[in-house]
Amino acid sequence: MALLEVKDLQVRVEDREILHGLSLTVNPGEVHAIMGPNGSGKSTLSHVIAGKPGYEVTGGQILFRGEDLLEMEPDERAAKGVFLAFQYPVEIPGVATMNFLRTALNAQRKARGESEYSTPDFLKKVREVSKSLNIPQDMLKRGVNVGFSGGEKKRNEILQMALFEPSLCILDEMDSGLDIDALRIAADGVNALRSLERAMVVITHYQRLLNYIVPDYVHVMAKGSVVKTGGKELALQLEESGYAQFEDA
Amino acid sequence: MPAVQETVDRVRRIDVDQYRYGFETLIESEKAPKGLSEDIVRFISEKKNEPAWMLEWRLEAYRRWLTMTEPTWARVHYPKIDYQDLYYYAAPKPKKTLSSIDEIDPEILKTYEKLGIPLREVAILEGVEPPPGGEPSEQRKIAVDAVFDSVSVATTFQKELKKAGVIFMPISEAIREHPELVRKYLGSVVPTSDNFFATLNSAVFSDGSFVYVPPGVRCPMELSTYFRINERNTGQFERTLIIADKGSYVSYLEGCTAPQRDENQLHAAVVELIALDDAEIKYSTVQNWYPGNSEGLGGIFNFVTKRGDCRGANSKISWTQVETGSAITWKYPSCILRGDNSRGEFYSIAISNGYQQVDSGTKMIHLGKNTSSRIISKGIAAGKSQNTYRGLVTAHRKATGARNYTACDSLLIGDKCGAHTVPYVEAKNSSATFEHEATTSKISEDVLFYCVQRGLSQEEAVGLVVNGFVKDVLQQLPMEFAVEAQKLISISLEGSVG
Repeated sequence: MALLEVKDLQVRVEDREILHGLSLTVNPGEVHAIMGPNGSGKSTLSHVIAGKPGYEVTGGQILFRGEDLLEMEPDERAAKGVFLAFQYPVEIPGVATMNFLRTALNAQRKARGESEYSTPDFLKKVREVSKSLNIPQDMLKRGVNVGFSGGEKKRNEILQMALFEPSLCILDEMDSGLDIDALRIAADGVNALRSLERAMVVITHYQRLLNYIVPDYVHVMAKGSVVKTGGKELALQLEESGYAQFEDA
Repeated sequence: MPAVQETVDRVRRIDVDQYRYGFETLIESEKAPKGLSEDIVRFISEKKNEPAWMLEWRLEAYRRWLTMTEPTWARVHYPKIDYQDLYYYAAPKPKKTLSSIDEIDPEILKTYEKLGIPLREVAILEGVEPPPGGEPSEQRKIAVDAVFDSVSVATTFQKELKKAGVIFMPISEAIREHPELVRKYLGSVVPTSDNFFATLNSAVFSDGSFVYVPPGVRCPMELSTYFRINERNTGQFERTLIIADKGSYVSYLEGCTAPQRDENQLHAAVVELIALDDAEIKYSTVQNWYPGNSEGLGGIFNFVTKRGDCRGANSKISWTQVETGSAITWKYPSCILRGDNSRGEFYSIAISNGYQQVDSGTKMIHLGKNTSSRIISKGIAAGKSQNTYRGLVTAHRKATGARNYTACDSLLIGDKCGAHTVPYVEAKNSSATFEHEATTSKISEDVLFYCVQRGLSQEEAVGLVVNGFVKDVLQQLPMEFAVEAQKLISISLEGSVG
């Protein structure tokens, strides 16, 4: 069974239709890149899959392991294994990162009927994962993303991805605001999480990121739908030819 | 659904019907006749076996009160209170002197157990019945004075405190047993003529706690009073007096709850703190009186005068309050910084929801040289509530080198509530340094979505963000209270969905 099936999805924000009949199928183990110019609807797609309020789905469906994802609250989707790495992770002052991680992880486990992590087990797990991502321990004591650099914020997203072990990871413009070294660290973290059971949807404007996270499929989005699908070489072609050909169509 | 609408609906569901302490205890009680008169004042004084000077003091206050009018400057609106339609004294029956916890009405013990205040266990630990396994750990010890309607029903750990020389007892007993201390200090911080509600309290106060810490003594445990209003149509007027003598230290906690009722109930307390040279008093409150239901029906009218006097040099008074209850809150715990180098602190979390109205803040009155004060206020408004911070910082001509730092932050949840900040600042000498910072923010949709994307429910997300917002103040509370307060904050903002 496909992990994620988006069928003929139509989405409006207020009076404007943003997605006009978008379809996408993602199987376990696959990495899909979604590329496209600004305003093509890439981020809208990621938000609708994760369940962000403010979007009205007027047609089509989204199935996650055959279940209707649109019927679920966003926290239920998270517990089922949908993870969205944000383009701009928010700051939560006064809430220590460590506390946030534990609260979120245990909320997900509870929703799945699993036992909550004990403090020593949790600490052990966080230490392992944060070490592999080069995240210093004192960063975990600070408020969630408060005073973090762009690179630290993205690494914090990947840390959560590694901890929560989702089956679908959507990475929204992960490369924005990162210099090349920060990008490499983040991409290494993501690559380490690739597995046969886990699928990834990498949303990006630039081909650059795909040098580090090499996709199985590349989809080009323009004006609210997928206009072209190909292998990883499609990204390189786009780098040469640009998006203009699709926008004029 | 547009993003903002989602939150508005959320907040609509987040109502105050979550009050967990709304049960009523069915016990027989003895009440004074309804209404207020000189006879009622005499009745109360007589019930308490008070000496003549105390009765005179009350009567003077009562006569004064007759000439006063209710203040209207606060940003709160409520129906006119009919002072003749209230009971001013209610006590659980049978009323006799209790020699041990076992003589307390089991219904009252049950009430405190339900509230999470184990009078019995604490008493067992204390040694009324010695525990089988030796001494309890120091940290667990909190001496409790439980006030039920108009009387104190139990005070624990009295023996151990006595050993340290600390006096902790119901004020009605202190008036009889330590008249020299009570006469010297009662009304010396909040005079009987202070304000309408304080004057009313002076005339009719029934019970409350009295604490005296002798020179150089660090009180060996936290002292705590739990106030419970049970009777219908009964005002609660407790009076607390705490004196920290030279070089002493005491930490005092106060908690309050009341049953859920459709009619409003009046609570007008007075708290006076006196810190002599080098003494320190830390006073913490978790106020959770019944706030009324989601339609704004019922709830406690809370008109409280709390004031501390840093009378001695190098003394320090610190107020920490978590205010989640009451339909109306009118409360300004203040510090008079009289002694040179004295310090006053005010840390406040005020949460309003439903139709609650909060007008709270502090006064820091700098009189001595090099006095300093710090105010950290966090107001959180949800539902249709109104939340006002009102504060005064003033430096007298002679208060050279006075320093104040004030930070007032407000957080709004939804768009039907209001947050207001009314700071008054007066410096009468040029060497005073006053800093004031204020922010108002709305709980952001993006932050909530981030949290729910990571698996938290909407309510858990609100609770987490709010707890982060108030963290600086929570840290000021004693450990056990901080955990309690954190839970209470989440409950106050919780919706009715399971």
